[in-house]
Amino acid sequence: MRRAELVTAVLLAAFSIYLMWKSAELNIGWVKHEGPGGGAWPFWLAAIMLICNIWTIVNWVRRATPQSRSQDQFMDAHAIRMLLLVGGSVVALVAMVHVIGVYGAVPIFMLFYLRVLGRHGWVPTLVISGTAPVVIFFFFDVAMRIVLPKGYLEPLFYPLYDIFL
Amino acid sequence: MDIIQHLLGGFLIAFEPLNLGLVVVGVTVGLFIGAMPGLGSVNGVAILLPLTFLVPPTSAIIFLAAIYYGAMYGGAISSIMLGIPGASTAVATTFDGRPLALKGLADKALIAAAVASFFGGTISIILFTGFAPALASVALDFGDQEIFALMLLAFATFVGLGGDDIAKTVFSICIGLVFSAVGMDIISGTPRLVFFDIIGFLHGINFLVLAIGVYGIGEMLWTIDSTRGNPMMSKVEVSASRTVSHLKDVLKEWKPAWIGSLLGFFVGILPAAGATPGALMAYGISKMTSKTPENYGKGDVGGVIAPEAANNAASTGAMLPMLTLGIPGSPTTAILLGGMVIWGLVPGPMMFIEQSDFVWGLTASLYAANFFAVIINILFIPVFLYVLKMPFTVLAPIIFVLCLVGGYAPTEDMHDVWLMVIFGFGAYALRKLDYPLAPAVLAIVLGPIAEPALRQSLIISGGDATVFFTRPIAGPITMIAIVLLLLPLVQVYRKKRKQAKNAEV
Repeated sequence: MRRAELVTAVLLAAFSIYLMWKSAELNIGWVKHEGPGGGAWPFWLAAIMLICNIWTIVNWVRRATPQSRSQDQFMDAHAIRMLLLVGGSVVALVAMVHVIGVYGAVPIFMLFYLRVLGRHGWVPTLVISGTAPVVIFFFFDVAMRIVLPKGYLEPLFYPLYDIFL
Repeated sequence: MDIIQHLLGGFLIAFEPLNLGLVVVGVTVGLFIGAMPGLGSVNGVAILLPLTFLVPPTSAIIFLAAIYYGAMYGGAISSIMLGIPGASTAVATTFDGRPLALKGLADKALIAAAVASFFGGTISIILFTGFAPALASVALDFGDQEIFALMLLAFATFVGLGGDDIAKTVFSICIGLVFSAVGMDIISGTPRLVFFDIIGFLHGINFLVLAIGVYGIGEMLWTIDSTRGNPMMSKVEVSASRTVSHLKDVLKEWKPAWIGSLLGFFVGILPAAGATPGALMAYGISKMTSKTPENYGKGDVGGVIAPEAANNAASTGAMLPMLTLGIPGSPTTAILLGGMVIWGLVPGPMMFIEQSDFVWGLTASLYAANFFAVIINILFIPVFLYVLKMPFTVLAPIIFVLCLVGGYAPTEDMHDVWLMVIFGFGAYALRKLDYPLAPAVLAIVLGPIAEPALRQSLIISGGDATVFFTRPIAGPITMIAIVLLLLPLVQVYRKKRKQAKNAEV
């Protein structure tokens, strides 16, 4: 935990400096008759962020916060496993949307999650993974007219569009 | 008498079949969301907000307010049954709710929570109805200077009263404000902070992307990490005769109910403070004033009533500054505020004049939501107990999928979905290190209001920042904000002096 606190503070400080540099692409000073330039607001806020991160680092050196004294592991074996499996499957879900669309990615994600991570029986797994895309389709595509991405599966939906849209 | 007339008009809107139906559905959904460990009103509202584009704005906010309300009721259920708070607002409910459940009196605790929530909610809506128009009419005179001073106050309360690490709180506020600045600079019309020239940043970062990232994905990862396996359920018997006898016992406890309701309402009004500290304070004061404080923590019904009355009262209290001043009193109301902006409603004092139907319809539907919540809550207790047995591995993928479609719906851009996932992972890591994230969500909503207010004030005054101190209303607000910002420093100083004194002795 102690090391993670420092690493995070340093990374966030670097991000703050990046934000300041990026804001400085616009005018960060006072423009005559126009008031503060477009970059001033984010620039000075990012500067405050940087100060806060330095403050956190100072606290770390002084061991003033609970995290900077904690000997606990930031990510233990369980947390790493969880992050890889759960977080990884969420990233895979979003990545798959680009290729096979929401209606291809969602059932695969649900099947994996329920069967492999949840160790549920085949019946509840198939029922839930099968119902989810149908509910989503009628809610978003049909009722709200928000057409969710379909990827390469788009042609399969033409008959459904003809009926419902 | 004006108020009563407006309120009657509001009831006509609230009792339109669509709105009434949405209140009932919203309360029920909210109860379940609140009862789920790891999900609270803010998660429910953030994830479900994109679904409300289907109905007119008034109905949409009525639905979301009903979820908000229901979740406040529901939070108590898992606090009592599982011993883990369903939402942070129900933390104080576990102190006495859990011991009651272990004694086999879970049904008594659940009924106490439901009745107390109803009481707290009702008292605070009555206060809300009285205060809101008065506050709005004062706020009508507000200019840019006052608006910015109020924003400063909102952020200052997070620093002064939030109780988290100050450096991390200020960081969280600033990062939210910077994210809100991404996209177009509204005054000069030039693009800014377009990271790596990715086109998706040109339309800015939608507050929902951050809200769903933090409260949907981040929260789920954190919950899966921290609960490690399924928590234990308490056994409970439910029968009509037991219910009636418990109800009689509960109704005798009027003192903690009043303490919770009044304290909750006023703490709820303060930005940042909100329902969680309100409930904790109500618990503390109720214990202090109780005749039998030694029973608290061992299963005293008063210890369930006070925090539950307070968290419902606070959720109504938080709506007061949101509707009248345009400043949300809690993360959930911040998301509601963001939603209202999407629907083309401008929260603030003008709304009481231009959108009075909306304001009074919402107020009246809060009465209705409260009424239905208590009934549905008591009737559904057996159902909740069954659903709570549902494994988290079923709930989690459903929520992830809801996050995916919820993140996509507002802008219909996959760029935002990726951003949401990144925010989710970031939020999970920061949460582990105790960075408070509510200020960031509040800031991304308030940023687009605060920045033009500041810049226009400075343009009007020709760069003279003293306007924030010299204007009659802005001045005191700014001063209070500065005092709140300095409050933690004073506390640190006093603690040091105390330690020094102890060292001498």
